[in-house]
Amino acid sequence: MDRSSAAEKMDSRVDKLESEPLNGVFRRIKLAFDAALLFFGETTSLTLDSIRTLFTEGFDPADVLRQMASLGVDSIVIVLVVTVATGAVFAYYTAGLSLSVGYSGFVGGSLAYSFLNELGPVLGGVAFAARVGASIAAEIGSMVVTEQVEALRAMAVSPIRYLALPRILACILMLPLLIIIADAAGIWGGYYFAGLQGVAHVDFMNSIYTYVKPGDFINGLLKAIIFGFIVGIVACRQGLRTTQGATGVGRATTSSVVLCILLIFISDVFLSQLLTARFVQP
Amino acid sequence: MNGISLEIQAGEIVSIMGESGSGKTTLLKLMTGLRRPTSGEINIGDTDITPLSERELDKVRLDMGMVFQYAALFDSLSVYDNIVFSLVRHRKGITKQQLDNTVKTLLSQVDLDGVEKLYPSQLSGGMQKRVGLARALAMEPEMLFYDEPTSGLDPVTAQTIDTLILDTRSRTGVTSVVVSHQLQSIFSISDRIAMLYQGDIAVYGSPEEVLQSPHAGVQQFISSIRTNAKQL
Repeated sequence: MDRSSAAEKMDSRVDKLESEPLNGVFRRIKLAFDAALLFFGETTSLTLDSIRTLFTEGFDPADVLRQMASLGVDSIVIVLVVTVATGAVFAYYTAGLSLSVGYSGFVGGSLAYSFLNELGPVLGGVAFAARVGASIAAEIGSMVVTEQVEALRAMAVSPIRYLALPRILACILMLPLLIIIADAAGIWGGYYFAGLQGVAHVDFMNSIYTYVKPGDFINGLLKAIIFGFIVGIVACRQGLRTTQGATGVGRATTSSVVLCILLIFISDVFLSQLLTARFVQP
Repeated sequence: MNGISLEIQAGEIVSIMGESGSGKTTLLKLMTGLRRPTSGEINIGDTDITPLSERELDKVRLDMGMVFQYAALFDSLSVYDNIVFSLVRHRKGITKQQLDNTVKTLLSQVDLDGVEKLYPSQLSGGMQKRVGLARALAMEPEMLFYDEPTSGLDPVTAQTIDTLILDTRSRTGVTSVVVSHQLQSIFSISDRIAMLYQGDIAVYGSPEEVLQSPHAGVQQFISSIRTNAKQL
């Protein structure tokens, strides 16, 4: 069964179930289980196809650069707003707490440690998923329902090579760059607001030098690479399996964002333990 | 669809007609490998395409062109880039001058001179279909597949498209498969006609043979369309 017919079959089952009265918890659980299996099966298949295409047919660097520029411009504002605001609020609370016990030498270190390891990549990844994941799924989904993807195949051009691979590579390469900016922006937001709360800038910076190691920065970048891959592959998969016209495009866009965010948080739990405890000692 | 057998000779124009939902477009997509059959064989020349991988199919598709029902032009690309899309990917070393000449020639053939820089959203439905035909002709294919080329068009534009299909065949000798339910178009351009009925081919022959077919489904289809035409 090809990818589109599997998607149509699953969509028709969901529609049928939604049109019927609630008819059993077990049936709904089974449907959710089937959908999860289909998702992981298709995502794995797309990943393997993309890797095979990358090594057998290569990629067009111009396409990847064009996508990187587009994705970066699309998402830089939302990433900056989210991270600066979070850094400011984080510093506001920790500075207040630290000053109340008479010790402010922990504010900069805790903020930078949290941002480099966790807040930068996760918040940046979520903002990236919301902006870029939706955009990719909607764009490819629209191409599917208007037969542009079939036109590609009819012209002997692989949709994986032309559509999916440049976007996946652009996400993998662009998100770490955005996260570097996000880390800097978040720490700057904290630096500024901690100062307003009464934490001396020198203490703030000394605290960072004391508690933060280069490994923290590397941990965050490795997470960003994984999150970029998740956003790229999930958004392309959701777009490529779009059915049912405009409704289907809306469904693909929404599900892309939801799945990307869920997978970012779930994988973050495991990545945090792996990177901190196993590979890169802080 | 079940038990369909259809043989098309090189250089023929064969139309596939039938009611909406009878599987005409599916049959066309099976022929181009865009869909896979659950059983049976589809031979292009001596090659059975059913067991081929997507990459192997791509080699066969280089000899095919397809005109889609709603044109399926790439909306982020200009008319020029749509037409040269296959050429720049499959004809390595082709020069800018050659691309320019090809686009100019093809647009002239479909009577759309001077629209190279426009985008699909700036074209009417009929113009989009003609650009779709120009794009399909760019690789000089041996087989052309048309999916409802005249549906949704006014009679004058529909006749223009019919003329283009005939001109293209006489100029290039291309084998053409046309899916349509527009009787006037079908009977004016086809060498042979296949009628799909309830998942099978009810009749396959020359236009005269189809008109004289005793098959109840065929006669019902033809008479209902004639009745609708008279009411108009």
